Amino acid sequence: MNALPLILGFPLAAAVALAFVSDHRIGARVNAGASLATFTVSLLLLVLETPEPTQIAFIDDFNIYLVVLTSFVAFTAAWFSAGYIAHEIETGRLTPAHLRFYHAMYQVLSFAMLLALTANNIGVMWAAVELATLTTVVMVSLYRTRPSLEAAWKYFILGSVGIALALFGTILVYLAAQKAMGPGMEALTWSSLFAEAPNFEPELLNVAFVFLLIGYGTKAGLVPLHAWLPDAHAEGPTPISAVLSGLLLNVALYAIVRFKMLLAANGDALAPGPLLIAMGLSSLFVAGLMLYRRRDIKRLFAYSSIEHMGVITVAFGMGGPLANFAGLLHMALHSLTKSAIFYTIGLASQARGTQQVEQIRGLTASHPALGWSLVAGTAAISGLPPFGLFMSEFLLVSSTFPRAPVLGVLLLIGLLTAFGGLMLRLHGIAFGEAERDRRPLVGSLIPVYAHLLLILIAGVFLPGPLVSWFQSIAEVLG
Amino acid sequence: MFATLAYDLSHMTGAMVLLAGFAVLYQRRLLGVLRAFACQAVAVAVAAAWQAYSQEAPHLYVTAAIALLLKGIAAPVALDRIVRRLDIHRTVETAVGIGATMLAGVGLVVLAVLLVLPVTISSAALTRETLAVALSVVLIGFLIMITRRNAITQVVGFMSLENGLVLAAVGVKGMPLVVEMSVAFSLLIAFILFGIFFFRIRELFDTLDLQSIESFRGERR
Repeated sequence: MNALPLILGFPLAAAVALAFVSDHRIGARVNAGASLATFTVSLLLLVLETPEPTQIAFIDDFNIYLVVLTSFVAFTAAWFSAGYIAHEIETGRLTPAHLRFYHAMYQVLSFAMLLALTANNIGVMWAAVELATLTTVVMVSLYRTRPSLEAAWKYFILGSVGIALALFGTILVYLAAQKAMGPGMEALTWSSLFAEAPNFEPELLNVAFVFLLIGYGTKAGLVPLHAWLPDAHAEGPTPISAVLSGLLLNVALYAIVRFKMLLAANGDALAPGPLLIAMGLSSLFVAGLMLYRRRDIKRLFAYSSIEHMGVITVAFGMGGPLANFAGLLHMALHSLTKSAIFYTIGLASQARGTQQVEQIRGLTASHPALGWSLVAGTAAISGLPPFGLFMSEFLLVSSTFPRAPVLGVLLLIGLLTAFGGLMLRLHGIAFGEAERDRRPLVGSLIPVYAHLLLILIAGVFLPGPLVSWFQSIAEVLG
Repeated sequence: MFATLAYDLSHMTGAMVLLAGFAVLYQRRLLGVLRAFACQAVAVAVAAAWQAYSQEAPHLYVTAAIALLLKGIAAPVALDRIVRRLDIHRTVETAVGIGATMLAGVGLVVLAVLLVLPVTISSAALTRETLAVALSVVLIGFLIMITRRNAITQVVGFMSLENGLVLAAVGVKGMPLVVEMSVAFSLLIAFILFGIFFFRIRELFDTLDLQSIESFRGERR
């Protein structure tokens, strides 16, 4: 039995259904229910035998891991979204008509991300990433305020250019494969591309990779192509910020890593590692320094996402079983932690009626559960033990030192810079004299607790089977 | 005899697209930009139709039709109406002077040729040269987006960048999914036009000058 048609089918069917649901309460429930159903069937991938690659789908452990992660976070974000949206309706920032659109788009976005992860065709993957970009542009502009439209326009223009460059790279990959594989669909299919990669023309593949790295790198928010990311995160609805940060950036990185594997399989092409490391390190440094002067809480954590994408890119750029393992672990834990943080921020900024750091001050005094969850999440994201991100960062740094000491030092400096920036801001947000609430706090903290529990478990004790599974994926990534 | 004709005609259509790209660059009036862009889209449609005929790949006619109808006619007409209806400044606001951008454009063409020709030695001559022209068109599209600050010219720059991609895709023999990709791009373009028109970006931004969008770098207090 193959679970994939169900994994892609649920979001698509739900999107169509939600387009006709005008009551926003029912819409929110259907949205969360469909996401839960998608998550449940995605778990089947772990249990069932991995299906053979078909024309449409290519499933291996690498994307099973990302599909399960994506559908899980998409589910908790939909759950959080139900409470968040109800509050936005009450305050009149959104109307029920907007919501019908929002819920349908949410499912289209899930569909597009899952399709991009599982497609066996680099053309289809490209189209799925484009679809995901379009849906998120629409969602970022949902509030129709001037800043949100500006953010959406900026995201749109930069995202489109990235998408266009990625397509040029895709055409070049096809051309590089043509000599070995001849014309036809085969030369766009992942499974046959990997088999034939040693016979590709290396020079053409190099040029293709540069275009793909810039194209998909824009979508992953790597410096210097990150300009859209903070605005898009800050101005959209918070559940979408969580999904953008936790999931869509991962999808873009997934594409880059896959193409990197293609280059690695071809012995004569350039080593993609240094390119990835350079982009990753610059993201880490630029974003780390930007953390110091943020006044808007969502922009603060958007920059933190750029920083972590940089760390993951460095890890995959280093390559090798240990660094890849660290990269995979970091990817999963960053998604879980960052989305949990956005959930708490969403509730806090709704209660205080603002996203400005100064006016959110004293959260632990006024809302202990919420405040301490945010403290725990921020501690985790800045890499403090006992949370999982400490493990993955420690693994990355310690595996880098023996191979490239200078790089290890740079990595450490970058991580400490970001740590300092976040701690400084956290102090202002969580402690001090509490500001007055403008509105009562509503919404459930259960998704936050679930995420925090998972990252705590990952930091204290990673189960053996999970470790060996991650190790086997890390081997494949080369 | 026919082989060289196919070769020459492909070259000619490619060169027409590139030439129209330069024509977009030196326009000083917004409506002139739209006209020059429409010419480029028509040239792309001709190039795609010629490839469809010479490669005996009838599906490429669909790409040609999309290029002609959407980018050659619908998009310029829609943008023309937006310019007139919303009463946007009719002159092109340049970040860099016209002469300098033309020189930069020539430089980019040289760059594209120097980049593409050495890495494609083993490909067919036609493919290599089409690819070099296509990359030039893509880079000039970038140049338009970077040096022209108005949102309308940015959209034109993006569409002309996309023309280069279509040229590359139809020039590579046997490339599958070309039609699907051009449909996906049409969706993107339709979306942009829709965005400009219905969100009334002008009312929200006061002007379509993208510098005012750039102002949103810092945070609001």
